[in-house]
Amino acid sequence: MKRSDRRKRRRFLARALGLASVGALAGCEKLSQTSWFPAMLGKADALSEGAAKLVGRKAMAQEFSPADKSPTFRSNGTADPGTDDYQALVGDGFAGYRLVVDGLVEAPRQWTLAELRTMPSRSQITRHDCVEGWSAIAQWKGARLAALLQSVRPKPSARYVVFHCADPMEADGSDLYYESIDLDDAYHEQTILAYELNGEALPVKNGAPLRLRVERQLGYKHAKYVMRLELVDSFARIGGGKGGYWEDQGYQWYAGI
Amino acid sequence: MDNADASVMPVAGGYVYRRHALAVRVMHWINVVALTILLMSGLGIFNAHPALYWGLSSYNGKPPIVALTAVDTPDGGKRGVTRIFGHEFDTDGVLGLSAQPNGQRAIRGFPWWMTIPDMQWLSMSRTWHFFFAWVLVLNGFAYVIYSIVTRHLSRDLAPTRFDLAGIRQSIVDHLHFRHPRGEASTRYNVLQKFAYLAVIFVLLPLTILMGLGMSPWMDSVWPGWVGWFGGRQSARTIHFICAWLIVLFVLVHVFEVIITGVYNNLRSMITGRYRVSEVADEAK
Repeated sequence: MKRSDRRKRRRFLARALGLASVGALAGCEKLSQTSWFPAMLGKADALSEGAAKLVGRKAMAQEFSPADKSPTFRSNGTADPGTDDYQALVGDGFAGYRLVVDGLVEAPRQWTLAELRTMPSRSQITRHDCVEGWSAIAQWKGARLAALLQSVRPKPSARYVVFHCADPMEADGSDLYYESIDLDDAYHEQTILAYELNGEALPVKNGAPLRLRVERQLGYKHAKYVMRLELVDSFARIGGGKGGYWEDQGYQWYAGI
Repeated sequence: MDNADASVMPVAGGYVYRRHALAVRVMHWINVVALTILLMSGLGIFNAHPALYWGLSSYNGKPPIVALTAVDTPDGGKRGVTRIFGHEFDTDGVLGLSAQPNGQRAIRGFPWWMTIPDMQWLSMSRTWHFFFAWVLVLNGFAYVIYSIVTRHLSRDLAPTRFDLAGIRQSIVDHLHFRHPRGEASTRYNVLQKFAYLAVIFVLLPLTILMGLGMSPWMDSVWPGWVGWFGGRQSARTIHFICAWLIVLFVLVHVFEVIITGVYNNLRSMITGRYRVSEVADEAK
């Protein structure tokens, strides 16, 4: 082969590769904008969830020593729901607060904060992992969700617990935050409705009076300002139908990764 | 390098043989696609919190070891900077602050042309990342099993005693860009073998393991295991460093491909056919 031929061939290869990669990247952009392609990629979530359940369905999240605690536990997402109803609750020290548990249960009921404090509880120093990538360590104390569920007796058709919250995600006070977990997580020993952070009453910025701790999942699953638990067989008719506020925006429902 | 079942075809001045088996070629290109998407979607995920830490958590009273951020300038503007162990570098235009496709300057870790998708969109980056993570893992498992079963590993990748004796010479040859020719070019050289083995059995598995270390669920499967690597934030940092070591490997790999005959090498990874020139080194 002549030297000039070789040079031509090399130039052609370089251009072809350059064009192909530019085209491929533009293709990635186009595919991200479709609804079918991300939905297809999202099928891998079921694989991830299945694998996680297979290797550690009841595994316990690591617990840390007091020395590992972060100096402060930052607030992320809503720092204050700011609605009139919520202000009224804060105003009387949450004396008027009632946690409602209903949906597919035999015996729906309500709890005051004082009653919740008498329920079987758990205290744990755990790591909070935000979907953004950061982690913080803090001590949480709260009522075990399993105990609440035993009290209301879920019907056999119940598959998920939906957490309805007080914080609106829109400036006009609409689109209240919500989340959901399955019964594996709901009955997990470390799943609590926390009313204390680092030994003190849960502050407003961290979800007062009650927030979910579901230790093996990312931060957005840990609903703050929890007002009502609803047991459901499907979350198709709630919110955007994906099982949570961030899930409706495209985030994974299974947030164990 | 399937010499055993290769169909050798003589051509003027040498011969053509089948260098790479079909399975290896297919898995190689799946890897190219998966690793490219994993890197770029990974940088998209990183951009959601463009800082790295060492330890159990990000809030342990110590500043991040690496941060891509923006600082105010005296004239009221902003410049992108990179802070590494407290040293600040001006990386404006690329790291910390860069121009978007529409020309507007925005505060973001890595620039749009390095991320998938190009705009900051964490959930979409995650969707791409976790799909192609499975592609990489399944492809990797398939490759390792294939390589053991077909003896690709023991025949082509495992260094021989002869290889080990020639390490010093191989280093000298590489530094002078001298590469085996003729019959010797049908075998991987010893540095090449070590590089491939290190990537296949150390770097990629460690990257995947550190990716799993960022999963709060996988952390719980054996409580505390991520602590062996320094904690979850250390795992995130190691994952990031490994990703760039893979990029470094790819750069060297592509460089070697180019200087040892880009057309012949590329063809051998596409059609399998590789041309060997009969050269004077037969006299060696």
